[in-house]
Amino acid sequence: MKKKILEQKNGGQKSPFAVSLKSICKSFGPVRANDEICLNVSSGTIHGIIGENGAGKSTLMSILYGFYQPDSGDIQVDGKAAIFKQPSDAIRLGIGMVHQHFMLVPNFTALENIILGSEGKMGLKNGLQNAKLKLEELKSTYGLEVDLDNVTEDLPVGIQQRIEILKALYRGARVLILDEPTGVLTPQETDQLFEILLALKSEGVTILLITHKLHEIMAITDEVSVMRQGKMVANTLTKKTSPEWLAEQMVGRSVLVNTKYESGKVGSVALSADGIGVTDKRGFDSLKNATFELRSGEILGIAGIAGNGQSELLSVLSGITPPSRGNFRINDKIFDSKNHCSPGLMRELGLSHVPEDRHAEGLVLPFQAFESVILGYEKNPSFGTGFFTKPEQIQAHCARLQDSFDVRPQNPTLISSQFSGGNQQKLVLSREISSAPKILLVGQPTRGVDIGAIEFIHKTLIKMRDSGCAILLVSVELEEILSLSDRILVMNSGEIMGIVSKANTTKAMLGKMMAGIPLEKAIEEKN
Amino acid sequence: MQASRLPRYVDICVIPILNLLTALFVAGIIIAIIGENPFTALSVMLKGAFVYKGGLGYTLFYTTNFIFTGLAVAVAFHAMLFNIGGEGQAAMGGLGIGLVALSLGGILPVLVVIALAILGSALFGAIWGFIPGYLQAKRGSHIVITTIMFNFIASAIMVWLLAGMLMAPNQMSPETISFQNGVMLWQFHDILNRLGFDIGRSPLNLSFVLALICCFLVWLLIWRTHLGYRIRATGFSPKASTYAGYQPETIIIITMAISGALAGMMAVNEILGVQHRVILNFTSGYGFTGIAVALMGRNHPLGIIFASLLFGALFQGGAELDFEFQTITRDMVVMIQGLIILFSGALAYMFNPMLEKLFLNEERLKEPNND
Repeated sequence: MKKKILEQKNGGQKSPFAVSLKSICKSFGPVRANDEICLNVSSGTIHGIIGENGAGKSTLMSILYGFYQPDSGDIQVDGKAAIFKQPSDAIRLGIGMVHQHFMLVPNFTALENIILGSEGKMGLKNGLQNAKLKLEELKSTYGLEVDLDNVTEDLPVGIQQRIEILKALYRGARVLILDEPTGVLTPQETDQLFEILLALKSEGVTILLITHKLHEIMAITDEVSVMRQGKMVANTLTKKTSPEWLAEQMVGRSVLVNTKYESGKVGSVALSADGIGVTDKRGFDSLKNATFELRSGEILGIAGIAGNGQSELLSVLSGITPPSRGNFRINDKIFDSKNHCSPGLMRELGLSHVPEDRHAEGLVLPFQAFESVILGYEKNPSFGTGFFTKPEQIQAHCARLQDSFDVRPQNPTLISSQFSGGNQQKLVLSREISSAPKILLVGQPTRGVDIGAIEFIHKTLIKMRDSGCAILLVSVELEEILSLSDRILVMNSGEIMGIVSKANTTKAMLGKMMAGIPLEKAIEEKN
Repeated sequence: MQASRLPRYVDICVIPILNLLTALFVAGIIIAIIGENPFTALSVMLKGAFVYKGGLGYTLFYTTNFIFTGLAVAVAFHAMLFNIGGEGQAAMGGLGIGLVALSLGGILPVLVVIALAILGSALFGAIWGFIPGYLQAKRGSHIVITTIMFNFIASAIMVWLLAGMLMAPNQMSPETISFQNGVMLWQFHDILNRLGFDIGRSPLNLSFVLALICCFLVWLLIWRTHLGYRIRATGFSPKASTYAGYQPETIIIITMAISGALAGMMAVNEILGVQHRVILNFTSGYGFTGIAVALMGRNHPLGIIFASLLFGALFQGGAELDFEFQTITRDMVVMIQGLIILFSGALAYMFNPMLEKLFLNEERLKEPNND
């Protein structure tokens, strides 16, 4: 009887929830990715979902937009039960997804990408014109500035993301899921994205924001849900909470969000670069005249917006690409465009490299963990004799590394891709550190890594520095650079804007230099 | 290759057997349609391949060919290269044997000539794999296209030489003179005859042992050496290979040369073991069937041995079928082989979704006990 009344009520007026999930369960083999998840998302709000890597956020969202089917549980959209067999079912009910890695055809124009899959019938031209009209309207309503006729691959990441958002809106999305949207954005682009999200909200669009960055949750969401190990552990209004409390909920214990570390004892020059430049295949100078010294016992942080020459710098110093101009020296050995260097030779000289992209470079994902932890070091005599490798010895080595770096699960034969992001990064780090390097190049050590692992990685780097290792740290996280570095080198458009010691700088000054203002001018402007 | 979520034993054993049974089932239906009893046909095939005098010898002889070409495809596949030039590489291998045997036979001791001839086949095959590998690595020409074209080039070269400067004098067929001075590999029935056993004539020769040794060496190479590690790393992730400093281009070239050498050694079985002269078209499709063998054997030497045995039995048992039944012709046998290649090659993963559902459901049922 009571149930019936409730049903009538639901039928009579609109549900306050744009989406509600009830007892969703989803397992992959023995892994329970989602365990009895309940979630109510109020219409017209920005709802944050936060959790460590591997907490089950992405799985839950994949269920919501129809990519996975839940093992059990119900989905309701606007109070009505819904079953999604495929993403097109979800989009029909107005649920759109903006993926972390964009699903765009690089050589299509923005317009072509947006209408892809819904371009209408024969005769593309008419469809294009109509689509353009509709999109102009969407653009002006939500403040999504995009030049529709530009080829996608030439556009900055921030704009590509807007294309993804437009794509979802064009298909009539009223609920927008954004999966780690700021991971690839510069601080400025992030601000612009947030403005767009607020504009969408004011027009009644419901937004689900998946992230592991606490400050983003605090900055923009109305409500927040915390996931931990496949379970929903907290649902609350954002204004009633604090970053510290959220962090505690995420990892199940208190962590220090921003530790300030003491400066290290700086020793002699370990690596010096003199006018290094790189010209890429298209003839574009991606790195210009990089001159600096890296000393043992210090962390030199490379700050800058992603894509301003940091990757090229790492690539040259690690021996992967030879410099087009200039040279650098390690232990009186000079390397330039003619005097070829290779990653193997660099390793012999005591230089280790934690690459920026652990999926493509740092690990061979289909390899078992013990195979991945010898990538580049397979000729080490402790892993075999002569031409041969000894799997038992390597497995034992891997088990030791997993133990001392707290890699979970501690299983040397697990496939590399089956570890979570943080544990994968620990595997890479353990490999590069176990060779006791004198110089360590580190690229984006904590990208897509959960808080617990971040803390561990940071402490490990500081320990390496204190033991006399020279560390070059490339990161797009300014907080990370400020927290770890002794000196900070700022790059913009492939050029070094200046090198400052941590004590003598501020976030604002670094921001100016990242935006392309050289150090001298930045100081002048300050005074 | 897609990552399978199935237990390893299912992937390695259950799926190939299931595919094979499906193929035999469909073949059985067709045999029934033309009015023969499929079970009688199957029993004739099995007897022909394993029981009748000399049958097993023939089966293992064909098996040897498939092991070589299957290994060739598998090694390349570990570097994610699709070598479909086994035919051409084997033909060139034959040329290598011929040149060594004809030029050095009688000059050097027989055993030395035989050893050099085997190396010659590997070397010529390796060259025929090296060139497409080089073109892929340095020029970006796709390996599938170039290896196909190299099959035709090899075939043309063989015709040109065997109908020209290498042709035996005073006769009409395009072949060289027979190797002199006992340059050949001993056949098993001869060896066993001398020891007092009579096993019936078959072309099975010492190449079979060579093939098994190659299986072991390939296993050693891929899973136990630095080079094998680098080959697999490059195959799975060229970027990681670059990061580690392995130079994917070099790995591609080396892998293709090894692959070509293995395919080239197929000629040892045919030329040095049986023909004792170089003839045209002795490769007769073994190079292509090697692709199916490697697929079915999951690119693992042990799997390749079993898959080769299966195809060897099919070849030999099929010939027996053709012989016993009026209605079943040679083409019918080719059709059965085709079905097996279809189900275990092209449709190799047909049963995966079904089995995945089955096994993952089972695991889920077990799970509550663990909680």
